[in-house]
Amino acid sequence: MTRPIRVLVAKPGLDGHDRGAKVVAAALRDAGMEVIYTGLHQTPEMIASAAVQEDADVVGLSILSGAHMTLFPRVLQLLREQGRDDVLITGGGIIPKEDMAALEQQGIGKLFGPGTPTTALIDYIKEWFAARQAQGA
Amino acid sequence: MTGRGTLERVLAGFEAGQTAALARAVSIIEDQREGHETLAAILHPRLGRARRIGLTGPPGAGKSTLTTLLAERYLAAGLKVGIVAVDPTSPFTGGALLGDRVRMERVALHPNVFIRSMATRGSLGGLAAMTREVCDVLDAFGMDRILVETVGVGQSELDIARLADTSTVILVPESGDAIQTLKAGVMEIADCFVVNKADRPGADRLRNDIEVMLGLRGGGGPTPDAHHGVDLKALHPKRQAREAAARDDDSWTPPVLRTVGATGDGVPELIAALDRHFAYLERTGTLHARRRERLRDRVRDVVEHRIQRRLWRDAAIRQWVEDQLPALERGEVTPFTVAEALLARGVAAGTFTGQAP
Ligand SMILES: Nc1nc2c(ncn2[C@@H]2O[C@H](COP(=O)(O)OP(=O)(O)OP(=O)(O)O)[C@@H](O)[C@H]2O)c(=O)[nH]1
Ligand SMILES: [Mg+2]
Repeated sequence: MTRPIRVLVAKPGLDGHDRGAKVVAAALRDAGMEVIYTGLHQTPEMIASAAVQEDADVVGLSILSGAHMTLFPRVLQLLREQGRDDVLITGGGIIPKEDMAALEQQGIGKLFGPGTPTTALIDYIKEWFAARQAQGA
Repeated sequence: MTGRGTLERVLAGFEAGQTAALARAVSIIEDQREGHETLAAILHPRLGRARRIGLTGPPGAGKSTLTTLLAERYLAAGLKVGIVAVDPTSPFTGGALLGDRVRMERVALHPNVFIRSMATRGSLGGLAAMTREVCDVLDAFGMDRILVETVGVGQSELDIARLADTSTVILVPESGDAIQTLKAGVMEIADCFVVNKADRPGADRLRNDIEVMLGLRGGGGPTPDAHHGVDLKALHPKRQAREAAARDDDSWTPPVLRTVGATGDGVPELIAALDRHFAYLERTGTLHARRRERLRDRVRDVVEHRIQRRLWRDAAIRQWVEDQLPALERGEVTPFTVAEALLARGVAAGTFTGQAP
Protein backbone atom coordinates (compact mmCIF):
# COMPACT_ATOMS: atom_id res chain seq x y z
CA MET A 1 0.00 0.00 0.00
CA THR A 2 1.39 3.39 -0.89
CA ARG A 3 0.87 6.43 1.22
CA PRO A 4 2.26 9.93 0.87
CA ILE A 5 5.62 10.64 2.50
CA ARG A 6 5.21 13.14 5.33
CA VAL A 7 7.95 15.75 5.56
CA LEU A 8 8.28 18.47 8.16
CA VAL A 9 10.05 21.52 6.80
CA ALA A 10 11.39 24.03 9.28
CA LYS A 11 13.70 26.97 9.39
CA PRO A 12 15.53 27.07 12.71
CA GLY A 13 17.66 29.94 13.89
CA LEU A 14 17.26 33.64 14.10
CA ASP A 15 18.12 34.68 10.57
CA GLY A 16 15.40 36.54 8.81
CA HIS A 17 13.72 34.96 5.81
CA ASP A 18 12.32 31.61 4.83
CA ARG A 19 12.21 31.91 1.06
CA GLY A 20 14.54 28.94 0.62
CA ALA A 21 12.52 26.74 2.97
CA LYS A 22 9.30 27.70 1.22
CA VAL A 23 10.72 26.86 -2.21
CA VAL A 24 11.79 23.46 -0.90
CA ALA A 25 8.39 22.90 0.73
CA ALA A 26 6.59 23.68 -2.52
CA ALA A 27 8.92 21.42 -4.52
CA LEU A 28 8.34 18.49 -2.14
CA ARG A 29 4.60 19.04 -2.35
CA ASP A 30 4.80 19.04 -6.13
CA ALA A 31 6.68 15.76 -5.88
CA GLY A 32 3.60 14.26 -4.16
CA MET A 33 4.66 14.57 -0.53
CA GLU A 34 2.64 15.91 2.38
CA VAL A 35 4.67 18.81 3.66
CA ILE A 36 4.07 20.23 7.09
CA TYR A 37 5.44 23.73 7.04
CA THR A 38 6.20 25.26 10.43
CA GLY A 39 7.74 28.59 9.57
CA LEU A 40 10.58 30.72 10.87
CA HIS A 41 12.61 30.85 14.07
CA GLN A 42 11.94 27.29 15.13
CA THR A 43 13.82 25.94 18.13
CA PRO A 44 14.96 22.29 18.10
CA GLU A 45 12.28 21.63 20.75
CA MET A 46 9.55 23.04 18.51
CA ILE A 47 10.82 21.11 15.50
CA ALA A 48 11.06 17.79 17.32
CA SER A 49 7.70 18.22 19.03
CA ALA A 50 5.98 19.03 15.72
CA ALA A 51 7.69 16.13 13.96
CA VAL A 52 6.50 13.72 16.66
CA GLN A 53 2.90 14.96 16.63
CA GLU A 54 2.78 14.95 12.84
CA ASP A 55 4.40 11.51 12.73
CA ALA A 56 6.75 12.86 10.08
CA ASP A 57 8.88 10.40 8.12
CA VAL A 58 11.38 13.10 7.28
CA VAL A 59 12.51 16.36 8.86
CA GLY A 60 14.05 18.87 6.49
CA LEU A 61 15.92 21.79 7.99
CA SER A 62 17.22 24.82 6.21
CA ILE A 63 20.13 26.25 8.18
CA LEU A 64 22.06 29.28 7.06
CA SER A 65 23.17 30.56 10.45
CA GLY A 66 26.24 28.36 10.80
CA ALA A 67 24.74 26.62 13.82
CA HIS A 68 24.27 23.31 11.97
CA MET A 69 26.73 21.42 14.20
CA THR A 70 24.50 22.02 17.23
CA LEU A 71 21.01 22.19 15.64
CA PHE A 72 21.00 18.94 13.68
CA PRO A 73 22.29 16.76 16.55
CA ARG A 74 19.94 18.42 19.00
CA VAL A 75 16.87 17.67 16.87
CA LEU A 76 18.11 14.10 16.42
CA GLN A 77 18.57 13.71 20.17
CA LEU A 78 15.13 15.12 21.00
CA LEU A 79 13.48 12.82 18.47
CA ARG A 80 15.30 9.81 19.89
CA GLU A 81 14.23 10.75 23.40
CA GLN A 82 10.63 10.52 22.24
CA GLY A 83 11.14 7.17 20.62
CA ARG A 84 11.42 8.44 17.09
CA ASP A 85 14.74 7.04 15.98
CA ASP A 86 13.24 6.20 12.59
CA VAL A 87 13.10 9.77 11.25
CA LEU A 88 15.30 10.86 8.37
CA ILE A 89 16.84 14.21 9.20
CA THR A 90 18.05 16.01 6.13
CA GLY A 91 18.27 19.54 4.80
CA GLY A 92 20.65 22.05 3.51
CA GLY A 93 22.45 25.30 3.92
CA ILE A 94 25.95 26.60 3.87
CA ILE A 95 27.65 23.57 5.43
CA PRO A 96 31.30 22.62 4.89
CA LYS A 97 31.95 19.12 3.52
CA GLU A 98 33.76 18.00 6.71
CA ASP A 99 30.77 19.02 8.81
CA MET A 100 28.41 17.10 6.53
CA ALA A 101 30.53 14.01 6.97
CA ALA A 102 30.72 14.49 10.74
CA LEU A 103 26.95 14.89 11.00
CA GLU A 104 26.37 11.80 8.87
CA GLN A 105 28.57 9.91 11.32
CA GLN A 106 26.17 10.95 14.08
CA GLY A 107 23.12 9.65 12.23
CA ILE A 108 22.01 12.69 10.27
CA GLY A 109 21.06 12.02 6.65
CA LYS A 110 22.59 13.54 3.56
CA LEU A 111 22.80 17.35 3.54
CA PHE A 112 22.70 19.52 0.47
CA GLY A 113 24.73 22.61 -0.24
CA PRO A 114 23.38 25.83 -1.71
CA GLY A 115 22.50 25.64 -5.37
CA THR A 116 21.71 21.92 -5.31
CA PRO A 117 18.60 21.35 -7.45
CA THR A 118 15.57 20.36 -5.35
CA THR A 119 15.25 17.23 -7.48
CA ALA A 120 18.35 15.87 -5.73
CA LEU A 121 16.62 16.18 -2.35
CA ILE A 122 13.39 14.74 -3.73
CA ASP A 123 15.17 11.70 -5.20
CA TYR A 124 17.10 11.18 -2.00
CA ILE A 125 13.95 11.24 0.17
CA LYS A 126 12.04 8.96 -2.19
CA GLU A 127 14.86 6.43 -2.32
CA TRP A 128 15.28 6.46 1.44
CA PHE A 129 11.55 5.96 1.94
CA ALA A 130 11.28 3.16 -0.61
CA ALA A 131 14.21 1.35 1.00
CA ARG A 132 12.66 1.68 4.46
CA GLN A 133 9.26 0.45 3.27
CA ALA A 134 10.96 -2.50 1.58
CA GLN A 135 12.57 -3.46 4.90
CA GLY A 136 9.08 -3.40 6.39
CA ALA A 137 10.53 -1.19 9.09
CA MET B 1 5.52 0.27 10.79
CA THR B 2 3.18 -2.62 10.10
CA GLY B 3 2.42 -5.94 11.67
CA ARG B 4 1.26 -7.11 15.03
CA GLY B 5 4.41 -6.29 16.94
CA THR B 6 4.12 -2.67 15.92
CA LEU B 7 0.48 -2.43 16.86
CA GLU B 8 1.18 -3.85 20.31
CA ARG B 9 4.01 -1.37 20.80
CA VAL B 10 1.82 1.49 19.69
CA LEU B 11 -0.97 0.41 22.04
CA ALA B 12 1.40 0.14 24.98
CA GLY B 13 2.72 3.64 24.29
CA PHE B 14 -0.82 4.91 23.80
CA GLU B 15 -1.86 3.56 27.21
CA ALA B 16 1.20 5.19 28.73
CA GLY B 17 0.16 8.52 27.27
CA GLN B 18 3.10 8.84 24.89
CA THR B 19 2.74 11.45 22.17
CA ALA B 20 4.70 9.46 19.60
CA ALA B 21 2.35 6.50 20.07
CA LEU B 22 -0.72 8.71 19.71
CA ALA B 23 0.79 10.19 16.55
CA ARG B 24 1.47 6.73 15.14
CA ALA B 25 -2.02 5.55 16.04
CA VAL B 26 -3.39 8.51 14.09
CA SER B 27 -1.25 7.49 11.09
CA ILE B 28 -2.41 3.88 11.27
CA ILE B 29 -6.01 5.07 11.11
CA GLU B 30 -5.42 7.82 8.57
CA ASP B 31 -3.51 5.57 6.17
CA GLN B 32 -5.63 2.52 6.95
CA ARG B 33 -2.40 0.68 7.66
CA GLU B 34 -2.37 -2.95 8.67
CA GLY B 35 -4.10 -3.35 12.01
CA HIS B 36 -6.26 -0.25 11.69
CA GLU B 37 -9.49 -2.13 12.29
CA THR B 38 -8.09 -3.83 15.36
CA LEU B 39 -6.91 -0.50 16.69
CA ALA B 40 -10.25 1.20 16.03
CA ALA B 41 -12.07 -1.66 17.76
CA ILE B 42 -9.89 -1.34 20.85
CA LEU B 43 -10.42 2.41 21.03
CA HIS B 44 -14.14 2.34 20.36
CA PRO B 45 -15.36 1.76 23.94
CA ARG B 46 -13.39 4.81 25.10
CA LEU B 47 -15.14 7.35 22.90
CA GLY B 48 -17.36 10.13 24.16
CA ARG B 49 -15.23 12.19 26.49
CA ALA B 50 -14.20 14.96 24.11
CA ARG B 51 -16.33 17.83 22.95
CA ARG B 52 -15.76 18.16 19.23
CA ILE B 53 -15.82 21.69 17.91
CA GLY B 54 -15.62 22.37 14.18
CA LEU B 55 -14.36 25.65 12.78
CA THR B 56 -15.08 26.44 9.18
CA GLY B 57 -15.04 29.54 7.00
CA PRO B 58 -13.46 31.08 3.92
CA PRO B 59 -9.68 31.09 3.31
CA GLY B 60 -7.84 33.47 5.61
CA ALA B 61 -10.88 34.14 7.81
CA GLY B 62 -8.85 33.41 10.93
CA LYS B 63 -9.71 29.77 11.56
CA SER B 64 -6.19 28.85 12.72
CA THR B 65 -5.90 32.03 14.76
CA LEU B 66 -9.18 31.40 16.59
CA THR B 67 -8.41 27.71 17.02
CA THR B 68 -5.19 28.73 18.76
CA LEU B 69 -6.93 31.29 20.97
CA LEU B 70 -9.55 28.75 22.00
CA ALA B 71 -6.88 26.14 22.67
CA GLU B 72 -4.92 28.58 24.78
CA ARG B 73 -7.90 29.18 27.06
CA TYR B 74 -8.83 25.54 27.33
CA LEU B 75 -5.23 24.68 28.20
CA ALA B 76 -5.16 27.43 30.81
CA ALA B 77 -8.27 25.85 32.33
CA GLY B 78 -6.37 22.57 32.66
CA LEU B 79 -8.05 20.79 29.77
CA LYS B 80 -6.38 18.56 27.20
CA VAL B 81 -6.78 19.79 23.66
CA GLY B 82 -6.48 18.02 20.33
CA ILE B 83 -6.35 20.03 17.13
CA VAL B 84 -6.88 18.64 13.64
CA ALA B 85 -6.17 21.11 10.84
CA VAL B 86 -7.11 20.10 7.32
CA ASP B 87 -5.59 21.50 4.13
CA PRO B 88 -6.22 20.44 0.54
CA THR B 89 -4.30 17.78 -1.38
CA SER B 90 -3.34 18.71 -4.92
CA PRO B 91 -5.47 16.57 -7.23
CA PHE B 92 -2.62 16.60 -9.76
CA THR B 93 0.38 15.52 -7.69
CA GLY B 94 -1.19 14.02 -4.58
CA GLY B 95 1.03 16.31 -2.53
CA ALA B 96 -0.09 18.90 0.01
CA LEU B 97 1.31 21.89 1.80
CA LEU B 98 0.01 21.87 5.35
CA GLY B 99 0.60 25.31 6.82
CA ASP B 100 -1.87 25.80 9.66
CA ARG B 101 0.74 25.03 12.31
CA VAL B 102 2.51 28.29 11.60
CA ARG B 103 -0.32 30.17 13.30
CA MET B 104 -0.50 27.74 16.21
CA GLU B 105 3.02 28.27 17.47
CA ARG B 106 2.01 29.90 20.73
CA VAL B 107 0.37 26.73 22.05
CA ALA B 108 2.50 24.19 20.17
CA LEU B 109 4.85 23.37 23.04
CA HIS B 110 2.20 23.02 25.74
CA PRO B 111 2.34 19.46 27.11
CA ASN B 112 -1.45 19.07 26.97
CA VAL B 113 -1.94 19.91 23.33
CA PHE B 114 -1.65 17.68 20.28
CA ILE B 115 -1.76 19.29 16.85
CA ARG B 116 -2.12 17.23 13.72
CA SER B 117 -2.21 18.48 10.14
CA MET B 118 -4.21 16.44 7.66
CA ALA B 119 -4.39 16.53 3.89
CA THR B 120 -7.76 15.96 2.23
CA ARG B 121 -6.33 13.13 0.07
CA GLY B 122 -8.89 13.10 -2.66
CA SER B 123 -11.89 13.91 -0.54
CA LEU B 124 -13.70 16.76 -2.25
CA GLY B 125 -15.11 18.50 0.79
CA GLY B 126 -13.43 20.49 3.51
CA LEU B 127 -12.28 17.47 5.47
CA ALA B 128 -10.35 14.29 4.78
CA ALA B 129 -12.23 11.01 4.58
CA MET B 130 -10.60 9.92 7.83
CA THR B 131 -10.90 13.12 9.87
CA ARG B 132 -13.74 11.76 11.97
CA GLU B 133 -11.79 8.59 12.74
CA VAL B 134 -8.72 10.63 13.64
CA CYS B 135 -10.90 12.61 16.07
CA ASP B 136 -11.91 9.27 17.57
CA VAL B 137 -8.27 8.46 18.25
CA LEU B 138 -7.77 11.80 20.00
CA ASP B 139 -10.95 11.28 21.97
CA ALA B 140 -9.88 7.83 23.11
CA PHE B 141 -6.50 9.25 24.14
CA GLY B 142 -8.33 11.45 26.63
CA MET B 143 -8.66 14.85 25.00
CA ASP B 144 -11.30 17.10 26.58
CA ARG B 145 -11.70 19.31 23.54
CA ILE B 146 -11.06 18.54 19.91
CA LEU B 147 -10.89 21.51 17.56
CA VAL B 148 -11.21 20.71 13.86
CA GLU B 149 -10.24 23.34 11.30
CA THR B 150 -11.59 22.67 7.82
CA VAL B 151 -10.21 23.65 4.45
CA GLY B 152 -11.32 27.16 3.54
CA VAL B 153 -13.30 26.17 0.46
CA GLY B 154 -15.85 23.67 -0.74
CA GLN B 155 -18.65 22.00 1.13
CA SER B 156 -16.82 22.28 4.43
CA GLU B 157 -19.85 23.42 6.35
CA LEU B 158 -21.84 20.32 5.65
CA ASP B 159 -18.89 18.02 6.30
CA ILE B 160 -18.14 19.57 9.62
CA ALA B 161 -21.67 19.05 10.85
CA ARG B 162 -21.18 15.31 10.35
CA LEU B 163 -18.38 15.12 12.86
CA ALA B 164 -18.67 18.05 15.24
CA ASP B 165 -20.85 18.44 18.30
CA THR B 166 -20.74 22.18 17.70
CA SER B 167 -20.16 23.72 14.27
CA THR B 168 -18.75 27.23 14.19
CA VAL B 169 -18.82 29.29 11.01
CA ILE B 170 -16.25 32.10 10.86
CA LEU B 171 -16.80 35.03 8.54
CA VAL B 172 -14.92 38.30 8.08
CA PRO B 173 -16.03 41.78 7.00
CA GLU B 174 -14.21 41.23 3.71
CA SER B 175 -16.55 38.34 2.97
CA GLY B 176 -19.02 41.24 2.66
CA ASP B 177 -21.42 40.08 0.04
CA ALA B 178 -20.34 36.51 0.61
CA ILE B 179 -23.18 36.38 3.08
CA GLN B 180 -25.54 36.46 0.09
CA THR B 181 -23.89 33.39 -1.34
CA LEU B 182 -23.99 31.38 1.86
CA LYS B 183 -25.92 28.28 1.04
CA ALA B 184 -29.10 27.68 2.93
CA GLY B 185 -27.43 24.63 4.46
CA VAL B 186 -24.86 26.76 6.24
CA MET B 187 -27.52 28.62 8.10
CA GLU B 188 -28.97 25.33 9.20
CA ILE B 189 -25.78 23.66 10.37
CA ALA B 190 -24.10 26.60 12.07
CA ASP B 191 -24.47 26.41 15.83
CA CYS B 192 -22.47 29.55 16.26
CA PHE B 193 -21.37 32.39 13.97
CA VAL B 194 -18.19 34.35 14.48
CA VAL B 195 -17.49 37.67 12.80
CA ASN B 196 -13.70 37.72 13.04
CA LYS B 197 -11.46 40.68 12.18
CA ALA B 198 -13.98 42.84 13.99
CA ASP B 199 -11.26 45.49 14.09
CA ARG B 200 -11.97 46.10 10.42
CA PRO B 201 -14.73 48.23 8.97
CA GLY B 202 -17.94 46.44 8.09
CA ALA B 203 -18.01 44.02 11.03
CA ASP B 204 -21.23 45.47 12.43
CA ARG B 205 -22.90 45.38 9.06
CA LEU B 206 -21.89 41.75 8.56
CA ARG B 207 -23.19 40.83 11.97
CA ASN B 208 -26.42 42.61 11.21
CA ASP B 209 -26.72 40.81 7.86
CA ILE B 210 -26.24 37.43 9.50
CA GLU B 211 -28.82 38.24 12.12
CA VAL B 212 -31.26 39.26 9.42
CA MET B 213 -30.68 35.99 7.63
CA LEU B 214 -31.23 34.11 10.86
CA GLY B 215 -34.45 36.02 11.34
CA LEU B 216 -33.12 37.53 14.54
CA ARG B 217 -33.70 40.97 13.15
CA GLY B 218 -35.92 42.60 10.58
CA GLY B 219 -34.16 43.99 7.53
CA GLY B 220 -33.03 47.62 7.42
CA GLY B 221 -31.17 47.84 10.67
CA PRO B 222 -32.11 47.62 14.32
CA THR B 223 -35.82 47.43 14.99
CA PRO B 224 -37.23 49.76 17.60
CA ASP B 225 -39.17 47.85 20.19
CA ALA B 226 -42.13 50.15 20.32
CA HIS B 227 -43.22 53.17 18.41
CA HIS B 228 -46.16 55.45 19.21
CA GLY B 229 -47.65 52.79 21.36
CA VAL B 230 -47.65 50.23 18.56
CA ASP B 231 -45.62 47.11 19.21
CA LEU B 232 -43.57 46.87 16.05
CA LYS B 233 -42.40 43.45 17.02
CA ALA B 234 -45.76 42.25 15.88
CA LEU B 235 -44.75 43.33 12.41
CA HIS B 236 -41.84 40.90 12.44
CA PRO B 237 -43.34 37.49 12.92
CA LYS B 238 -40.06 35.74 12.26
CA ARG B 239 -38.32 37.75 14.91
CA GLN B 240 -41.20 37.14 17.27
CA ALA B 241 -40.87 33.42 16.74
CA ARG B 242 -37.14 33.58 17.32
CA GLU B 243 -37.57 35.51 20.51
CA ALA B 244 -40.10 33.06 21.74
CA ALA B 245 -37.68 30.32 20.88
CA ALA B 246 -34.90 32.09 22.73
CA ARG B 247 -37.01 32.00 25.88
CA ASP B 248 -37.54 28.32 25.39
CA ASP B 249 -34.85 26.14 26.93
CA ASP B 250 -35.37 23.46 24.35
CA SER B 251 -34.30 25.36 21.30
CA TRP B 252 -31.10 26.97 20.16
CA THR B 253 -30.61 30.24 18.35
CA PRO B 254 -27.11 30.52 16.89
CA PRO B 255 -25.40 33.51 18.46
CA VAL B 256 -23.41 35.89 16.27
CA LEU B 257 -20.18 36.86 18.03
CA ARG B 258 -17.45 39.32 17.20
CA THR B 259 -13.76 38.49 17.65
CA VAL B 260 -10.39 40.09 16.96
CA GLY B 261 -7.64 37.58 16.31
CA ALA B 262 -4.72 39.83 17.20
CA THR B 263 -6.03 40.88 20.63
CA GLY B 264 -8.21 37.93 21.54
CA ASP B 265 -11.17 40.25 22.05
CA GLY B 266 -14.41 38.31 22.02
CA VAL B 267 -12.76 34.95 22.67
CA PRO B 268 -14.10 34.61 26.24
CA GLU B 269 -17.59 35.25 24.85
CA LEU B 270 -16.99 32.62 22.17
CA ILE B 271 -15.91 30.11 24.82
CA ALA B 272 -19.04 30.92 26.82
CA ALA B 273 -21.23 30.47 23.74
CA LEU B 274 -19.63 27.09 22.99
CA ASP B 275 -20.23 26.04 26.59
CA ARG B 276 -23.84 27.20 26.39
CA HIS B 277 -24.34 25.26 23.20
CA PHE B 278 -22.90 22.11 24.71
CA ALA B 279 -25.13 22.49 27.75
CA TYR B 280 -28.08 22.84 25.39
CA LEU B 281 -27.02 19.71 23.50
CA GLU B 282 -26.84 17.73 26.71
CA ARG B 283 -30.03 19.10 28.24
CA THR B 284 -32.18 18.40 25.21
CA GLY B 285 -30.75 15.04 24.24
CA THR B 286 -29.50 16.55 21.00
CA LEU B 287 -25.96 15.49 21.86
CA HIS B 288 -27.05 11.91 22.16
CA ALA B 289 -28.96 12.15 18.90
CA ARG B 290 -26.05 13.71 17.03
CA ARG B 291 -23.56 11.19 18.30
CA ARG B 292 -25.93 8.38 17.50
CA GLU B 293 -26.26 9.70 13.97
CA ARG B 294 -22.48 9.73 13.75
CA LEU B 295 -22.34 6.07 14.70
CA ARG B 296 -25.05 5.22 12.19
CA ASP B 297 -23.04 7.07 9.55
CA ARG B 298 -19.94 5.22 10.52
CA VAL B 299 -21.56 1.80 10.23
CA ARG B 300 -22.95 2.75 6.84
CA ASP B 301 -19.50 3.85 5.66
CA VAL B 302 -17.90 0.63 6.77
CA VAL B 303 -20.61 -1.46 5.13
CA GLU B 304 -20.27 0.35 1.83
CA HIS B 305 -16.52 0.14 1.94
CA ARG B 306 -16.57 -3.59 2.66
CA ILE B 307 -19.14 -4.42 0.05
CA GLN B 308 -17.10 -2.63 -2.56
CA ARG B 309 -13.84 -4.17 -1.46
CA ARG B 310 -15.20 -7.71 -1.27
CA LEU B 311 -17.01 -7.43 -4.54
CA TRP B 312 -14.19 -6.03 -6.63
CA ARG B 313 -11.52 -8.16 -5.00
CA ASP B 314 -13.21 -11.19 -6.52
CA ALA B 315 -11.47 -11.87 -9.83
CA ALA B 316 -14.33 -14.04 -11.09
CA ILE B 317 -16.78 -11.19 -10.58
CA ARG B 318 -14.51 -8.72 -12.33
CA GLN B 319 -14.18 -11.14 -15.23
CA TRP B 320 -17.92 -11.67 -15.37
CA VAL B 321 -18.42 -7.90 -15.77
CA GLU B 322 -15.86 -7.93 -18.62
CA ASP B 323 -17.84 -10.69 -20.28
CA GLN B 324 -21.04 -8.65 -20.20
CA LEU B 325 -19.51 -5.69 -22.02
CA PRO B 326 -20.21 -6.89 -25.60
CA ALA B 327 -23.88 -7.49 -24.78
CA LEU B 328 -24.00 -4.07 -23.13
CA GLU B 329 -22.49 -2.50 -26.24
CA ARG B 330 -25.07 -4.21 -28.44
CA GLY B 331 -27.80 -2.88 -26.20
CA GLU B 332 -29.06 -6.36 -25.29
CA VAL B 333 -28.62 -5.73 -21.58
CA THR B 334 -28.50 -2.53 -19.54
CA PRO B 335 -26.15 -1.43 -16.75
CA PHE B 336 -29.06 -2.01 -14.37
CA THR B 337 -29.71 -5.60 -15.35
CA VAL B 338 -25.98 -6.35 -15.26
CA ALA B 339 -25.68 -4.78 -11.81
CA GLU B 340 -28.65 -6.76 -10.49
CA ALA B 341 -27.26 -10.01 -11.86
CA LEU B 342 -23.86 -9.18 -10.42
CA LEU B 343 -25.24 -8.56 -6.94
CA ALA B 344 -27.22 -11.80 -7.14
CA ARG B 345 -24.06 -13.68 -8.11
CA GLY B 346 -22.19 -12.07 -5.24
CA VAL B 347 -24.86 -13.12 -2.77
CA ALA B 348 -24.98 -16.67 -4.14
CA ALA B 349 -21.19 -16.97 -3.98
CA GLY B 350 -21.06 -15.70 -0.40
CA THR B 351 -18.91 -12.76 -1.47
CA PHE B 352 -20.47 -10.45 1.09
CA THR B 353 -20.38 -12.81 4.02
CA GLY B 354 -16.74 -13.92 3.84
CA GLN B 355 -14.21 -13.03 6.48
CA ALA B 356 -12.85 -9.54 6.18
CA PRO B 357 -9.28 -9.65 4.89
N1 LIG C 1 -6.94 42.42 11.17
C1 LIG C 1 -7.12 41.19 11.60
N2 LIG C 1 -6.39 40.19 11.10
C2 LIG C 1 -6.59 38.93 11.57
C3 LIG C 1 -7.55 38.66 12.58
N3 LIG C 1 -7.55 37.33 12.83
C4 LIG C 1 -6.62 36.80 12.01
N4 LIG C 1 -6.04 37.76 11.25
C5 LIG C 1 -5.01 37.57 10.22
O1 LIG C 1 -5.59 36.93 9.09
C6 LIG C 1 -4.64 36.08 8.46
C7 LIG C 1 -5.21 34.68 8.27
O2 LIG C 1 -5.41 34.10 9.54
P1 LIG C 1 -5.48 32.52 9.73
O3 LIG C 1 -5.80 32.26 11.15
O4 LIG C 1 -4.29 31.87 9.14
O5 LIG C 1 -6.74 32.19 8.81
P2 LIG C 1 -7.29 30.77 8.33
O6 LIG C 1 -8.76 30.89 8.19
O7 LIG C 1 -6.78 29.71 9.23
O8 LIG C 1 -6.61 30.65 6.91
P3 LIG C 1 -6.53 29.34 5.97
O9 LIG C 1 -6.26 28.16 6.85
O10 LIG C 1 -5.39 29.66 5.05
O11 LIG C 1 -7.84 29.26 5.27
C8 LIG C 1 -3.39 36.12 9.32
O12 LIG C 1 -2.49 37.03 8.75
C9 LIG C 1 -3.90 36.62 10.66
O13 LIG C 1 -2.91 37.30 11.39
C10 LIG C 1 -8.31 39.77 13.11
O14 LIG C 1 -9.18 39.63 13.98
N5 LIG C 1 -8.04 40.99 12.59
MG1 LIG D 1 -5.65 27.97 8.75
